[in-house]
Amino acid sequence: MTRMKRVLTCVLCAVLLLCETAALADDSYDLNKDGFSTSYTYGYDYWGDVIASPDAYRVETVIDSVDLGLDLLDGKRMSKPQALFARGNDLYICDTGNNRILQVRREASGKYSLTRVIDKVTGAEPEAIKSPYDVYVDEQDNIYVADYGNFRVIKMDKDLNRILEFTKPSDATFDQNLDFLPKKIVIDAAGRLYALVQNVNKGLVKYENDGTFTGFIGANEVIVSTGEYIWKRYFQTQEQRNKSEAFVPTEYENIYMDKDGFIYATNTVFDEYDLKWDNAKPIRRLNGIGTDILIKNDRYPPIGDLYWEEGSQSQEYGPSRLTDVTVFDNDIYVMIDRIRGRVFGYDSQGIMLWAFGTKGNVDGAFTGAISIEHIGYDLYVLDQLKGSVTVFTPTEYGSTIYSAIETYQDGDYDASAELWTAVMKQNANYAMAYRGIGRALLRQDKFKEAMEYFERAHDRDNYGRAFKLYRKEWVEKNVWWIVLILAALLLIPVISGRVNRMKWEVIMHEQNKVHKDGN
Amino acid sequence: MSRTKSIKTATDSAERAADRKAWWSRYRAGLKYAFHVISHPFDGFWDLAHENKGSLAAANTFLVLFLMTRVLKLLCTNFQFISAPVQHINVLEEAGSLLVPFLVLCLANWAMTTLFDGKGRFKDIYIAMCFALVPYILIQLPMILVSNMLAFDEASFYSVLLAISVIWSVFLAFVGLMEVHDYSPAKTFIFLIATVVGACVILFLVLTFFSLLSDAIGYFVTFYREIVYRLY
Repeated sequence: MTRMKRVLTCVLCAVLLLCETAALADDSYDLNKDGFSTSYTYGYDYWGDVIASPDAYRVETVIDSVDLGLDLLDGKRMSKPQALFARGNDLYICDTGNNRILQVRREASGKYSLTRVIDKVTGAEPEAIKSPYDVYVDEQDNIYVADYGNFRVIKMDKDLNRILEFTKPSDATFDQNLDFLPKKIVIDAAGRLYALVQNVNKGLVKYENDGTFTGFIGANEVIVSTGEYIWKRYFQTQEQRNKSEAFVPTEYENIYMDKDGFIYATNTVFDEYDLKWDNAKPIRRLNGIGTDILIKNDRYPPIGDLYWEEGSQSQEYGPSRLTDVTVFDNDIYVMIDRIRGRVFGYDSQGIMLWAFGTKGNVDGAFTGAISIEHIGYDLYVLDQLKGSVTVFTPTEYGSTIYSAIETYQDGDYDASAELWTAVMKQNANYAMAYRGIGRALLRQDKFKEAMEYFERAHDRDNYGRAFKLYRKEWVEKNVWWIVLILAALLLIPVISGRVNRMKWEVIMHEQNKVHKDGN
Repeated sequence: MSRTKSIKTATDSAERAADRKAWWSRYRAGLKYAFHVISHPFDGFWDLAHENKGSLAAANTFLVLFLMTRVLKLLCTNFQFISAPVQHINVLEEAGSLLVPFLVLCLANWAMTTLFDGKGRFKDIYIAMCFALVPYILIQLPMILVSNMLAFDEASFYSVLLAISVIWSVFLAFVGLMEVHDYSPAKTFIFLIATVVGACVILFLVLTFFSLLSDAIGYFVTFYREIVYRLY
């Protein structure tokens, strides 16, 4: 009987244990649950270690030539598309190889449909556009095309009637031997055109809104190391000097104008050793006179990946080459790396929010990422080799980060802290979340807790601020103890000295007595 | 017989107790003498080397304290003032990475100076160098505590004291070598550079030795394996 009992208890225990493990296995953070067993989003912690992160973006759909009905239209699929542009719900794709621009509309249902093919400009000479490298649409729906093959930038109204042409400046500052090959264009609110022109390294070519050339802005500065300079200046013969590379600035790779009219420019020609000390500056924010005013408040500059294998640039080696950038209305900028097909998001302070993407043929991977655009918070990445546009939408995690940043910018710190708490629950390695919560705690005068969060975020400035307040509070609370201890420290030696002296005097007195008695 | 033995052991233990007491008092005097050395380096180091004022035990204590200070500094300094990846730190590695160069430099200095009429023996150099570490310990150990009572914008206070401790220690090391070897300042300086070169040579020899050794062992291992393959 007792044996039976023992067996029964054993079985019961085993069943209970099994239940327990089953309960443990069924936790709500199972990644398989939502159909994504792995995440390919990552970030860097304070030490520069790669930290896996929940997905900030997921592929919504991939739009390719077949989806757009190009096969039925004229049978020409997208060929080497070079640029994307988004205005409102319209997406413009530069189908460079087919000398046309595809205007794609995002329907309310979330479907994408081709609404117009732009390949001719009424009233222009020649009418047909030839290998367009970039397109821009202003607020009045005027369309600008960098008509690379026809050596012009052409401005047309929304019905494709020619308004203006920007051609090679006749000014002496522009080398007249060069063809005018516009590759990238942006237009500011006043209708001024800034063009990135091939073979021109003096900066962006700037035109007034009536088409007159007004000069260059924002030339890429030349980086020369002292050693290199001394070597070239004093030790090379004239012949060697003629053969070696000249100190000339390089051209930018791409430009983007944000809502405030500042131009973001990316640069992919640099020495990889210049990156980590931020001499290369692969991304810049240029003001009206062309100086870089990008804010960099993180430990690492915004250079994309922090680690890379060295090797030839054509393979997946070397640092990120940031080939395009797009800027949200909340000053978060997103860049695309053509080497490893990665997308990097940074906030206005230069802190990396997330990074994702890879090379490959599955949805969400790229083979020849070339351009990036956004509508709202949705990202559109153009792949020139696949001839497709990948649409990414933010996950709950990604959009929570955005709203946390925005509510903070709006000054609603407590709401922001709540959102950051939600972010922290999904990603306990997210330094920005800790900082956001810490700031709110600091405002609520919870210094000790704020310090804890700032320490996790490795935010020295704010920690110091919280610590000072905490120290002040502590001193005020314990002021009597401090006074007592200080007094004790001061008085005990004095008193003990007094006592010792008295003792000594007594002894001396006694001795004197003895001496006197002895005498 | 048994009586004499017991008397002998009694005197032995008494002697031993007296020895121990003498050793302890000498040790304490050695520790205390450090304060004299760091405040009066020229006089202090001369007596340390030539009047036998310090002790090896005291020097060892300072070296251990120095290594402890270093490790504690990495682990316990407030994060506002130090960028130490605590999750990657190996305490023994950190201590070893200071201890080994210290000993190699002492050895190299002895090897160099002994050829050019330096008066110091290896022991003297070692003791002097250990005593030169005292300001580092005296300032940096309390600064670990202080760093936890300071805010980030008060960092200048922290860094100035740290700089003082290092400068003081380096100065003491210089004076120590000068006095131990009875060199002029210029000669000491030249031999400091020679010491660094010597340390590099020592490291090179050691590395070569070990790489040759591993090659030799590898030879026998493959030899053994080859035979085993042949036999089975």
